Amino acid sequence: MSVLRLTRAVYGAIRADGEETYPHECCGALLGRPASGGWQVEASVKAGNTRTDSAHNRYQIAPAELVKIERRARSQGLSIAGFYHSHPDHPAQWSQTDFAEAHWLGCSYVITAVAQGKATVTNSFLLAGATEEDKHFQQENIDVVETFEPLTAQAESKKASERKTAE
Amino acid sequence: MTIFIPTPLRQFAGGKDSVDVVAGTVNAALDELTRNFPDLRRHLFTGEGKLRAFVNVYLNDEDVRYLPQKEATAVSTSDTLSIVPSIAGGR
Repeated sequence: MSVLRLTRAVYGAIRADGEETYPHECCGALLGRPASGGWQVEASVKAGNTRTDSAHNRYQIAPAELVKIERRARSQGLSIAGFYHSHPDHPAQWSQTDFAEAHWLGCSYVITAVAQGKATVTNSFLLAGATEEDKHFQQENIDVVETFEPLTAQAESKKASERKTAE
Repeated sequence: MTIFIPTPLRQFAGGKDSVDVVAGTVNAALDELTRNFPDLRRHLFTGEGKLRAFVNVYLNDEDVRYLPQKEATAVSTSDTLSIVPSIAGGR
């Protein structure tokens, strides 16, 4: 099972977004880096929900906003690792609508259930598969950390671990 | 011009997040991209050669679908093309 690693700040921000937009669905992007076994998310970006006609049970991020989010990610040396949204008064499980509208293969889709305005369960699903035709959601573990080691420290730690294995 | 490749399609573009191509129109730029990376074609286009409905292409900050000449719009070397799959859903 893959693991989505989030800082406590990001985890708190996406759950708070679900509470702030209740009874409507919130949505946003997760910016991070590929790590062994899943994404390492370092920032979240709130987005507007363009489905104002049915915001209590639908969300959509305007493509123009996605272009800006991707530009921002690139400027920070990050990638779009996935997206988050909330399910007001509904379980934190992907729906048929979530699945039909999911096209970011290899990315994480995080869903937070918000019951009566309070964030409860948060789950993450990796959109696995090689093509649109064989895509499928796989639930993944969420690992909340205080902070990530700087990349140089990670590289040193990996090298040390490899040296140890070689010995 | 530079074409920005979204996260899910990078695995079909040699792991690159952007690709530089020389082309005169949006169509020609996408043709050049898929000529260099043939595996991208089925992810971007239908069997009939149309852009898949969920694939958005932006010329700088403009949605190509809403430009008067759409994919036939002329481009210059300083332009950027962003490929952005749509994101939506709900309970």
